[in-house]
Amino acid sequence: MATVHLPSGLTAFTGGVDSIDIDAARVPELIAELRHRFPQLSDHLDGMAVAIDGEIYQDPGYQPLRADSDVHLVPRIAGG
Amino acid sequence: MSTPREFKYVGTRPIRHDGVDKVTGRASYGADVAWPGMLHGAVLRSPHAHARIVSIDTSAAQATPGVKAVVTGSDFPETTAALALGEAAIDLRDISESMIARTKVLYHGHAVAAVAATTFDIAKEAAEKIKVVYEPLEPVTDIDRAIATDAPILHPTLKTKGAPAGAAGPTNVASRLELKRGDVDAGFAEADVIVEREFRTVMVHQGYIEPHACIARCGEDGRAVVWCTTQGPFVVRDASAAIVGLDPAHVKVIPSEIGGGFGGKIVVYLEPLAIVLSRKAQRPVKMVMSRDEVFRATGPTSGSKIRVKLGATRDGTLVAARAALWYEAGAYRGSPVGAGAMCALAAYKIPNFFIEAYDVVVNKPKVAAYRAPGSPMAAFAVESAVDEIARELNIDPIDLRLKNANREGDQAPYGPKYGPIGLEQLLETARRHPHWSAPLGANQGRGFAVGFWFNAGMNSSATVTLNADGSAAVVTGNPDIGGTRVAQALMVAEELAIPVERVRPGVGDTDGSGFTDVTGGSRVCYATGMAVIRAAEDARDQLAARAAKMWNVAPDAVTWQDGRAIPPPGTEKAEPLTVAEIAAKMTHTGGPIVGRASLYAPMAGPAFGVHICDLEVDSETGQSKVVRYTAFQDVGKAVHPSFVEGQMQGGAAQGIGWALNEEYIYNGDGVMENAGFLDYRMPVASDLPMIETVIVEVANPLHPYGVRGVGEVPIVPPLAAVANAMRDATGIRFTELPLSPPRVLAAIESATRVPVGA
Repeated sequence: MATVHLPSGLTAFTGGVDSIDIDAARVPELIAELRHRFPQLSDHLDGMAVAIDGEIYQDPGYQPLRADSDVHLVPRIAGG
Repeated sequence: MSTPREFKYVGTRPIRHDGVDKVTGRASYGADVAWPGMLHGAVLRSPHAHARIVSIDTSAAQATPGVKAVVTGSDFPETTAALALGEAAIDLRDISESMIARTKVLYHGHAVAAVAATTFDIAKEAAEKIKVVYEPLEPVTDIDRAIATDAPILHPTLKTKGAPAGAAGPTNVASRLELKRGDVDAGFAEADVIVEREFRTVMVHQGYIEPHACIARCGEDGRAVVWCTTQGPFVVRDASAAIVGLDPAHVKVIPSEIGGGFGGKIVVYLEPLAIVLSRKAQRPVKMVMSRDEVFRATGPTSGSKIRVKLGATRDGTLVAARAALWYEAGAYRGSPVGAGAMCALAAYKIPNFFIEAYDVVVNKPKVAAYRAPGSPMAAFAVESAVDEIARELNIDPIDLRLKNANREGDQAPYGPKYGPIGLEQLLETARRHPHWSAPLGANQGRGFAVGFWFNAGMNSSATVTLNADGSAAVVTGNPDIGGTRVAQALMVAEELAIPVERVRPGVGDTDGSGFTDVTGGSRVCYATGMAVIRAAEDARDQLAARAAKMWNVAPDAVTWQDGRAIPPPGTEKAEPLTVAEIAAKMTHTGGPIVGRASLYAPMAGPAFGVHICDLEVDSETGQSKVVRYTAFQDVGKAVHPSFVEGQMQGGAAQGIGWALNEEYIYNGDGVMENAGFLDYRMPVASDLPMIETVIVEVANPLHPYGVRGVGEVPIVPPLAAVANAMRDATGIRFTELPLSPPRVLAAIESATRVPVGA
C-alpha cells in the first residue's frame, strides 16, 4: 500500500492523522480515498501537488503508484 | 535515468541564432509593430489606493473627436473561472478585477477605464475627461496594519484558506500554511546557542526593461489576434478569452521578442482591454505601458515580515528551527509565501522545526511571480540567522553549512526525499575557491549564503522539421528569454548529428505550435528541452524508416550510429546514409519528415546555489559597493554554458539590487513615490564587478542530459550574502532591506554614538 504523508497544516482536517496507508493503483483513486476518509480535507486537496517517490507533479493526473510508493502532498508552487 | 554521455554539441558555446537581430535592433518587441488602421489605447487609473467606485461617467470622453471606443469594468463579464497554469491555478476573477476595477479600487494605479483613439494623446486626454466619483477608504499598506484586528477589510468575502474550520472572517489573511517536523521545544532545549530575529523586506519590481505592450485586432466575426510581449502566449490566449468571454479557439496570440520578464510577464494586464476596445471600435488597438504604469499597476514581488529562531549545539549541529512568514499579496490573494515556507530550510537537515506562513492582502498592486518567487526573502532571513550561529560558535560559515547540509536521500522540509542534489559539492567547491580565502581590503566584509529553488516541469510541445538539404527547424511555444532557442538547436544538433548552425530554432504562436506552458519556473531547457529531444528522436526514427525503404529492408533492422543510418549486415549495395542523404529523398520515400513530441514533465528536481560577496562600505556616507562576487550553482548539465553563466550573473545582479537599493516607497495614502528608474534604483553595469561564475553539474536523473533548470536559483542567495557581508564589514546585523546608504549610515552612526552622560 502507498503511504501518504500530509503537511501538518492539513492534519487539522484529519483529526491529527499525518500519514496513512492507502491501497490505490493511481493518484485519482488515492485522492478519492482521502476524500472518503476525511471529508473535511476535501476542500483543501485541489491546490496540492503530489510527490511520488520523490518526484513532484504539480498536476499528478493519472500517475501510477507502486505498492510501496511514498506519497507526499505538497502545496503547489509558482515559478517566475 | 540519466547516464553519462559524451556530447558533441551540448556544452559548446555557439552564437545564438537570434543574436544579430537583437544587437542590430531589428528584432521586433511588443511595441515595435503597427497594423493598418491602428488605434492607440490609454488607461485611466485610480488616484486612490482604496476606494469604493460610486459612479463612472464616460460621456465627455466618448464625445471627444478621435475617440473610437471607451470601456469600463462593466464591459467585462463576471468570471469565476480558474486557469490551470500547471504551476498554480490562476483565479481569473482576481486577474480580471486587477486588470480593471468594478466596484472598488484596491491600489493606486488600479485601472478604471480605457479609451481607444486615433492618437495616443487623444486617448490619454479623453481618459482624463472620464468622471469617476470615489468614496475613499483607509488604505492598508503594510502587513502589520493588514493583520490588525481593526484593519479595514479589502475583500468582505475573503476567508483564510487553510485555517481550521470555524475560523472567523472576513479577514485580510488569505491563507495559512504550516510545515512541521519533530519536537521543536525539545530541540531548542537541546540547543547551546539560539538566534532569534525578525526580518523585513519591501516590495520590489522585476524591472524588465521592456514595458508591457500589445496590439489586438478583433474582427467582425469576433475572432481576435493579439501580438504581445509575454512569457506565455497560451496563457495570454486562454486568460484573455475567459476574461472577455471568447472561445479560446477564436483567439490567436503571437509572442513578440521579449525584453525581460522574470515572472512578471505571465499575467495579462493590457491584452483583454485591447481586445474589447478593438471589438468596440472594429479597428486594431495598440497599448503600451509607461514605466510609471509598469511600477504602479503590474506585479512586483511581495514585501515580507519573517521571524526566525534557530538553535544549534556547540559543535554547530542545527537542532531546531521556528519560522513565521507573512508576505504581502498585493490587492488580491496569491503571494508566494507557501514557496517561501518550503524553501526556508530546504538546505538543512534540521530534526525539529515548525514553519507557518500567511498570505496577506494589502492595498498595493497584485504581486506577480519574480524569479524563484518567495524564496529570496526566506533565504535572507534564514541565511542571516545561520550566519549569526556561525559567528556565535566561531565556526567557518561554509563548514557550518556543510555539517548540516541536506544530501541525496535526506527528507526535504516540504516532505519528499531528495534525489541527487549538489549542495555538498557546491559548498566544497566554494570552500576551495580562491575567493573564499582571498584577503579583504580596508572597510570590506565577506558574506556567504545558500539559495534553493524547485524548478518546474509542466506541459511542453516541440516539432522538428527536416529540410531536403538536411538542415532542420525546431519550433516550440516558449518565448526565448534566456537563450533557450540556441539551447534547443543544440539539442537537435546533438540528436541528429548536424551542425547547430544548420538548425533553425523558432518561437511559434498559439496556432503554429503545440500547447506549451510559460517560459518560467526555470522549466524551458528542462521540460521543453525534453520535448525537443523527443521530437528529434522521432524525426530520427522516421529517417531510419526512410533509409529502410531506400534499402528495402525492415525498419527495425536499421540502426543509428554517429549521425548515420546503418543498414543491416549483408544488405546489398547499401552504404550508411547521413541525415542529408536521407532527407534529400524524402519526397520519394513518404513525404515530409516532421518529428513531434508533447509531454507533461514532473518538477525538474531541486537545485541549489551558493554565493560569496565582498562588500566595501563607506562609513561616512553609508554607501556600499560590491567589490567581488562569485556565484556557484548546480545546474545539472549546462547545455550552453555562456547562457547558464548569463542567468547566474543576471540573477545575482537582481538580487544585489534587491539587497542594496531597490524598494517601493509608499506615502501614508498608499501612493508609490518612486515609480521611475531615476528614483527606483536598480543596479547598472557600472555598479557591479564582473560576477564570477562556477558551474557545478550533478545530473538530474529526470532529464536525458541531466538538465536541472537554472534561471531562478541565482536570485535567492544575494540578499543574505550581501547582508552577511555588511555584517562582516560593519559589525552590524541588518534585518531590513534594502541596505541603502541612509539606512546603513543611520545604523553606523547609532552604533558609534557615545551615549549621553557616558
